Amino acid sequence: MKLSHIAAAFCLAGMAASAAAADPHLGRNLAATCANCHGTNGKAVPGSGMDALAGMEKEKLLQKLKDFKSGVKPATIMHQISKGYTDEQMDLIAAYYAAQK
Amino acid sequence: MKNINRRDFLKLGAGAAAMAGLYGCTSGTRASGHVVVVGGGYGGATVAKYLRMWSEGQVQVTLVERNTDFVSCPISNLVIGGSKTLADITISYANLQHKWGVRVIRDEAVGIDAGARKVKLAQGGELSYDRLVLSPGIDFMWDQVPALKSAEAQQQILHAWKAGPQTVALRKQLEDMKDGGVYAITIPKAPYRCPPGPYERACLVANYFKTAKPRSKVLILDANEDVQSKKALFTKAWSDLYKDIIEYRPNSELKDVDVAGKAAVLEFDQVKADVLNVIPPQRAGQIAASTGLKLINNRWVDVNWLSMESTSTPGVHVLGDALFPAPTMPKSGHMANQHGKLAAAAILNLLAGQEPNPAPVLMNTCYSFVDSKNVIHVASVHQYDAATKTVQPVKGAGGVSAARNELEGKIAMAWAQNIWADMLT
Repeated sequence: MKLSHIAAAFCLAGMAASAAAADPHLGRNLAATCANCHGTNGKAVPGSGMDALAGMEKEKLLQKLKDFKSGVKPATIMHQISKGYTDEQMDLIAAYYAAQK
Repeated sequence: MKNINRRDFLKLGAGAAAMAGLYGCTSGTRASGHVVVVGGGYGGATVAKYLRMWSEGQVQVTLVERNTDFVSCPISNLVIGGSKTLADITISYANLQHKWGVRVIRDEAVGIDAGARKVKLAQGGELSYDRLVLSPGIDFMWDQVPALKSAEAQQQILHAWKAGPQTVALRKQLEDMKDGGVYAITIPKAPYRCPPGPYERACLVANYFKTAKPRSKVLILDANEDVQSKKALFTKAWSDLYKDIIEYRPNSELKDVDVAGKAAVLEFDQVKADVLNVIPPQRAGQIAASTGLKLINNRWVDVNWLSMESTSTPGVHVLGDALFPAPTMPKSGHMANQHGKLAAAAILNLLAGQEPNPAPVLMNTCYSFVDSKNVIHVASVHQYDAATKTVQPVKGAGGVSAARNELEGKIAMAWAQNIWADMLT
């Protein structure tokens, strides 16, 4: 039963931190929307020329996404895609990829 | 451990318990069961892999696919244009089977008993399921082009709108055509699979003619009143690159075909071609259209966008081009892949006794070649909106390329490599 205590506590903590943490897989699901181009779990096909996101430091990736969104960082397409995600969603995406090894 | 123990749950207090229930946050349960996936294209292959990966092998997945290999529609216009081969767009299901543990059955689903949760197969077999995913793509409405109802006629007047033998056959017709000939492509009224695809194909055929058969013409007969995707970028490519080759005729709906005369029969005239390429009107693939699922306009499947589940038939999820789309959502391979991930996440929650994620996001990108190197894109992001119970395009997000460019030509091929791997590797 200890596991369920932990699970429930994690659940509550998540909810307290943010309503977006309602589904424990939200970060995973959001990050999967990037995988078409950046590879499953951020592991891009080697040599394809796409940025591999797996294991990228969270703050670095988050800043990159925010710079695309604000227009500071020029892009072919990411300035348009990044505007479709909330800052909270970007945070979850960056945290998910940072945790991929 | 199946569920959070009731006594432990109560310790959290009634309010917290109610919230946990409301948000489906019962992390103690795990999904298990058997999911049958019908159709191994962009949607079906993705949902099969992601169900296995995200359940860490706990959910059994059977994929029913009638072809031996996956053949990609995106990039297939480059085979027609001559810069790629069919081998370049063909991928085996071996990794899905051996690396991911998906049971792949080469067969065709011909019926569903949703009450008994069983799928009937053409070769006589039957599969039982806990959840069924249909990713059947499109089928053609041949009754709208009566002369093409016969298999023989369909071998002569090609669609090449499902990648495979027809792709190669259309390429051969273009190679065999004499210089000075006319290639005509007919586009059905929207919605149809891959909105920019016909215009890309016109570009790539014109690009081939420009060097190999410079006196030849490309004629686009569009049933719609205007170009359906990336209009400014396509029309600029036509005037800059193919001024004396491509002619665009809007409001030109195909009524029938004169097969022997290779002529498109329009409302008031007939247009003769040397190579006639007819993209017929489309509907959801047969298995989805003929098994009692609720259809919109008698053509497209209606789904709940939180789970991709049919609004009429519990336990049956539908993906990809077969759907009645959410606002501004294109029928594209990229979008079908995203449907597959949304469905995988929802099915795993449902199999674990939890509600689907209440805030799904879908994203689309689509690259079109205007010659063998230069590409233009369109992108969009769609977020679930509880008020309208559908996914809505995010205002201010998405858009098209500033201009055609070679960098995106490289990115388009990187997109293909990565999405194919995301589905099948």
